[in-house]
Amino acid sequence: VAMPFAGTLGKRLREPGIHGHQAAAGWTFLAPVIIILGLFLVVPIVMAAWVSFSDWTGNGSPLGSHSHWVGLQNYRHLLTTPGLDQSNFGVSIRNNFYYVLLVVPIQTAVSLFLAVIVNRRVRFVGFFRTAFYFPSVTSSVAITVIFLFLFNPDGAINKLLSYLGAQGPAWIYDPDGLFHVILKQFGVHNPPSGLANGFFLGVSYWDWLAGPSVAMCVFILMAVFTTSGTFMLLFLAALQNIDDSVNEAAALDGASEWKKFRHITVPMIRPTIFTIITLGLIGTWQIFDQIYVGTQGSPSNTTLTPAFLSFNTSFNNNEWGVGAALAFILFGIIVLFTILTRLATRNPDRIPRRRRFTPVSGQGTTLQRTAATMSGGDE
Amino acid sequence: MSDSATAIDRARTVRNDARAVRRHQIGTAISYSILTVIAVVYIFPFLISIATAFKTDPNATANPLGLVPSPVTTAAFHDLYKNNDFLLWLKNSVIVTLSITFLRVFLDSLAGYALARLRFRGRGAAFATIVAVMAVPGVVLLIPKFLIIREFGIYDTYYGMIIPLLVDAAGVFIMKNFFESIPVSVEESARIDGANLFKVYWLIVLPMARPALVTIFILSFQGSWNELAHFVISAQSTSLNTLTKGVAQLASGQLGAGNRYPLKLAASVLMTIPVAILFFLFQRRIMNVSEGAVKE
Repeated sequence: VAMPFAGTLGKRLREPGIHGHQAAAGWTFLAPVIIILGLFLVVPIVMAAWVSFSDWTGNGSPLGSHSHWVGLQNYRHLLTTPGLDQSNFGVSIRNNFYYVLLVVPIQTAVSLFLAVIVNRRVRFVGFFRTAFYFPSVTSSVAITVIFLFLFNPDGAINKLLSYLGAQGPAWIYDPDGLFHVILKQFGVHNPPSGLANGFFLGVSYWDWLAGPSVAMCVFILMAVFTTSGTFMLLFLAALQNIDDSVNEAAALDGASEWKKFRHITVPMIRPTIFTIITLGLIGTWQIFDQIYVGTQGSPSNTTLTPAFLSFNTSFNNNEWGVGAALAFILFGIIVLFTILTRLATRNPDRIPRRRRFTPVSGQGTTLQRTAATMSGGDE
Repeated sequence: MSDSATAIDRARTVRNDARAVRRHQIGTAISYSILTVIAVVYIFPFLISIATAFKTDPNATANPLGLVPSPVTTAAFHDLYKNNDFLLWLKNSVIVTLSITFLRVFLDSLAGYALARLRFRGRGAAFATIVAVMAVPGVVLLIPKFLIIREFGIYDTYYGMIIPLLVDAAGVFIMKNFFESIPVSVEESARIDGANLFKVYWLIVLPMARPALVTIFILSFQGSWNELAHFVISAQSTSLNTLTKGVAQLASGQLGAGNRYPLKLAASVLMTIPVAILFFLFQRRIMNVSEGAVKE
């Protein structure tokens, strides 16, 4: 007796009257979110796009009579017209590029390493996980203050180095590029003329090749310290999804720990590795808080980043058009890097769905094939 | 023949087993030592900050590594209280964080519920828009947000600091996923009884959604308590300084703090306490948030 009754009810739920009722409620429930997102995200992006094509200097409304259309001038100031705007932009791109180049691989490797050792069945796992994760929940302001203290020239790190018989650098006051410092060890003090006289984005080739400044290295270490905990958790979840039997089978075949890691673990958590690299790229191109609190771009602009430069150009120098243009270029860079990672990380050994269970002849070991199949199934 | 072969086999297996056990033990020992060293590296900065907050200025400079302050002094904390607007920053942080957090939990869950449960035209498009918005990097939005806040005349007010942060797409996403994971039957029978949808949502759905609500409560609290950039661009009066903004000014020496590390570190330690408490209370849940994210 109950079944047909339930059936009628189900049918009644799908009647148009109820639909209309739900539409009204649905849009009412969504309204606050949609309105706030529209007013404080979509509309302002359009406004900022207009500002990036205007000569607005911060007086009155950017939509009023104080601002005029100047076409691509602000973008040209950053990209093609030689001058301070261009060289600052070039320097900020260089700084952030080296920051990304070092932080992304290191944080990915460190967090994977942490996840692998925490994933072993050891005691006090909870304690270790907490210790590694805690820096991720504290504010960037507090962490920056702590790092400024640790890395000041007379601070804890240099004291520690002095016990080891080494003299530490001036850290956040040291503008020397890491690669230049290394070249100095080999007696190269001055650039070859070819590198000193060629310029790109207002920065000489020699300076492009400087590497991150010693000051920037402090921020690189800080980034690894604060993000590795979060990424460790993502890796940990992926590791726990690996079926134990795969590892056991490999162990029976006599595979060493390293071989198991290289040929089973890594292929199976491939999607997670890509996710973390992508998240890392998106995050590292946006570094702002730490620079704002720590150095404001000093020493000698070697910690200047596009995000901070965009802020500074607009809010402190009142060149709103240039600042807004810079923000859009930064957006473009982030989108570009995200797309590039997606293209670069498409799984080359992925077996097409149709052929997955037919034997693959003559390439790789059984282990690799198993792993590839299973990670393919995970995607 | 076959008997002795089996015996040799068995002996070999036993020997291999012993070797495997020993290898395992060595592996475990190495794991522990590595874990301990790294844990020290991760914890040390916090311990030394707490210790330094109780040191005198000269002692902090002379002995930056010491974990036991001697003499112990609370001068830095007195100074924060008397000569700096620490309590004002704290008050602003509390007002802003709590407003953002409670309203966000409410609005995100409302939207998540509509997207997961109610059938209406345009639902897919609305969801796609929210996901697209989620993908726009926050730093790129600093100038746009400042422009609109000024245009609406809410620059340098609590409204300007709070309203733009009221909605976060990630929260809507989490709520939507949660509602899709719980059975529809309870609320359906209530809906059929003719209760209006808001009542169903408020009296039946919300209480069931407590785990997810706690999750976005923690995320929102942590996010808005630690937020700096948005408050920098949405207000300029010192009377609206939050803890992040105040401590940032203290750190960059704008408030004449120079090299007074005990003062700066005392402020950093104090501002970390609320988030730390929340973290230790809800540790398991916080860590599961990220785990859940990858299984999607």
